[in-house]
Amino acid sequence: MKVAVLKGGRSLERGVSLRTGARVEDALGRLGHDVLALEADAGLVKRLGEERPDVAFVAMHGPGGEDGTAQELLEILGIPFTGPSVAACARCIDKVLAKHEMRAAGVPTPDWFAFNETAFRELGAADALGALEERLGFPLVVKPSRGGSALGVKFAASWFEVPEALVAAFSYDDRVLLERFVEGRELAVSVLGAEPLPVVEAIPAGGDRYDFEARYEIGRTTFACPAELGEAETAAVIEAALGAYETLGCSGFSRVDLILGEDGPQVLEVNAIPGLTDTSLLPQAAEAAGMSFEQLVERILDLALKPAAA
Amino acid sequence: MMRSSAMRDLMAVTARPDVISLAGGLPDTSTFPPQTFAAQMTRIAQESAAEALQYGPTEGFKETVDCIAQVMAAEGMLPDPEDVIVTTGGQQAIDLICKTLVDPGDAVICEAPTYPGAVPVFCSYQADTIQIECDVDGMRIEELEVALERLDGEGRRPKFVYSVPSFQNPAGVTMSLERRHRLVELARRRELLVVEDNPYGLLRFGGEPLPPLYQLDGGDFVIYVGTFSKILSPGIRLGWAVAPPPVMEKIVLGKQAADLCTSTLTQHFVREYFASSRWREYVASLVEIYRGRRDAMVEALRLHFPPQATWTEPEGGLFVWATLPEYIDTEDLLAKALREDVAFVPGRAAYVDGRGRNSMRLNFSGAGEDEIREGIRRIGKVVGEQVELYGALTGEHQGAPARREEGERENVVPFRKTGEGGG
Repeated sequence: MKVAVLKGGRSLERGVSLRTGARVEDALGRLGHDVLALEADAGLVKRLGEERPDVAFVAMHGPGGEDGTAQELLEILGIPFTGPSVAACARCIDKVLAKHEMRAAGVPTPDWFAFNETAFRELGAADALGALEERLGFPLVVKPSRGGSALGVKFAASWFEVPEALVAAFSYDDRVLLERFVEGRELAVSVLGAEPLPVVEAIPAGGDRYDFEARYEIGRTTFACPAELGEAETAAVIEAALGAYETLGCSGFSRVDLILGEDGPQVLEVNAIPGLTDTSLLPQAAEAAGMSFEQLVERILDLALKPAAA
Repeated sequence: MMRSSAMRDLMAVTARPDVISLAGGLPDTSTFPPQTFAAQMTRIAQESAAEALQYGPTEGFKETVDCIAQVMAAEGMLPDPEDVIVTTGGQQAIDLICKTLVDPGDAVICEAPTYPGAVPVFCSYQADTIQIECDVDGMRIEELEVALERLDGEGRRPKFVYSVPSFQNPAGVTMSLERRHRLVELARRRELLVVEDNPYGLLRFGGEPLPPLYQLDGGDFVIYVGTFSKILSPGIRLGWAVAPPPVMEKIVLGKQAADLCTSTLTQHFVREYFASSRWREYVASLVEIYRGRRDAMVEALRLHFPPQATWTEPEGGLFVWATLPEYIDTEDLLAKALREDVAFVPGRAAYVDGRGRNSMRLNFSGAGEDEIREGIRRIGKVVGEQVELYGALTGEHQGAPARREEGERENVVPFRKTGEGGG
């Protein structure tokens, strides 16, 4: 089968995308497919039109590849593609929209407020920030609405840290959200088709949980898969994850990030196209479920070609 | 997901062809005459093929050392050829010096900010890196003395003080003559080694040349690091170290272990080049190019950066160091700048301890004048937007002039004055 691997692009997660793409290409080659590696640039549509692949493996992350843009083009060209649909991608990439959908569907997600830059520049939204303490409390998390990595995610321990955190988050997107900080265990549930894979836990190696930056330093976080959870906890986490996945209309595969706090699981976000590098969480979860990377890639392709098989 | 790898990914985006990159430290190689290149390589092939394709001595060819002597003489230095080793770029010289002198936990002192490429070297040898603030006159020697006394109190001695005294990377500042004398005297009095990294000394666009530390010291306590990268080509990967015999013996052993010898082919290239060309004329032509680019960058900064920003105006080298209000994190700003297709190096790369977050390094050697103007315009735009947004968020009055002291030119340099916090 002729499989095009779409990778690169202009997003800040270009590097991860290139690594995901390279790894997927290797696996597809070993599976005996005819692999067409395509850099997502101005020549993409032309190349796809000329090459007419049987299916496109979308190995792109962040705006451009994970937001429905590339998927829309593939639909126009009539080429089946891996991962979620245009609409699901558009909902997942926008954390604010995703949270609204989840809240409406009863999927637990931490309280939040969202602002766009115009609100501050033109509507005096700064005067509304005073209500944050009352409504969300401190500490709180400030993050860009779009963007899939830790970049731009800041932690404000007090009122005085909010403006600087907002300036940082607005570097990545025109819309940011301020979210209640939920103390708890950090979990990720990858979903393949309609099946949840074993839960992965990110464990910060010692240190202060409030030290947000340190949690993203190499070597300061380890991963446990499957996470050590009780039966009831596992069931609640899986239920929340599948609820988020379904609410946002995901298909193929995606990864749901959650916090397991005192009041049960809370969904932070859904990554429509999570990384598939050798340090990424989804492949770790698949491995814990007894799937090799090749089997994972083959299954993702099957789901793209036979959506009913899900 | 991890922060440093996310940062690496961000830097990977700066390599996109449509991005105006003021992030690299690339010397201009576009004006090196291709016919000279071709003629030299032909001569090497015809006259010295066997030797140019063979292993060479670990210390380097005598002829390469003769070329090095010419380069050092141009700045008033006369090293003993026996004290010189040819290395794979100046970067390897720094690595070999650390390999020779530094054990895990040893104190190493350098400038704040320091050469970003030295940071991973110090880290990989697990040095306890202590950074001494710089100002317009380079490393603050009185702070160095305080740090040394503090170490004395702990019964420790730093293995060396690392400095780029001329047109420092990244700050663009040059150590004053008075501080050079004080540093050399301090080294002598305390029998303390100084590593002088001088890649840019000959790239001076204005002002009077200053003697290198090596010249002032005579090579007793100063280990010198030089390179052909900025005066000829970084692609040939040729640098050198000059060190007193007991240190040099160990460096040679380390070099043997690392890569046996430096490329003999490119050593032949340098030999041919120095024999057949007027190398100083080429350096002079580079100086003219870089002066124009420095001027373009500084003019654009004056035009496009908000009054809250300050920057250095270097008299040579490749870099300007700009400092923004403390509430702007330049790693985040880089993401915003990349949306405008322009890149710089966030200041944190020049520190071991997370400082430098509101500063940035801007390179002017690797882009043409028009590109520099456009790049600075775009960075100025995103900085201006952040300043305005912060004002809207805090109600702080906007457009207030930056803090300025008597006699200073507008926006130039007040980069870490006495009593002013680091940020």
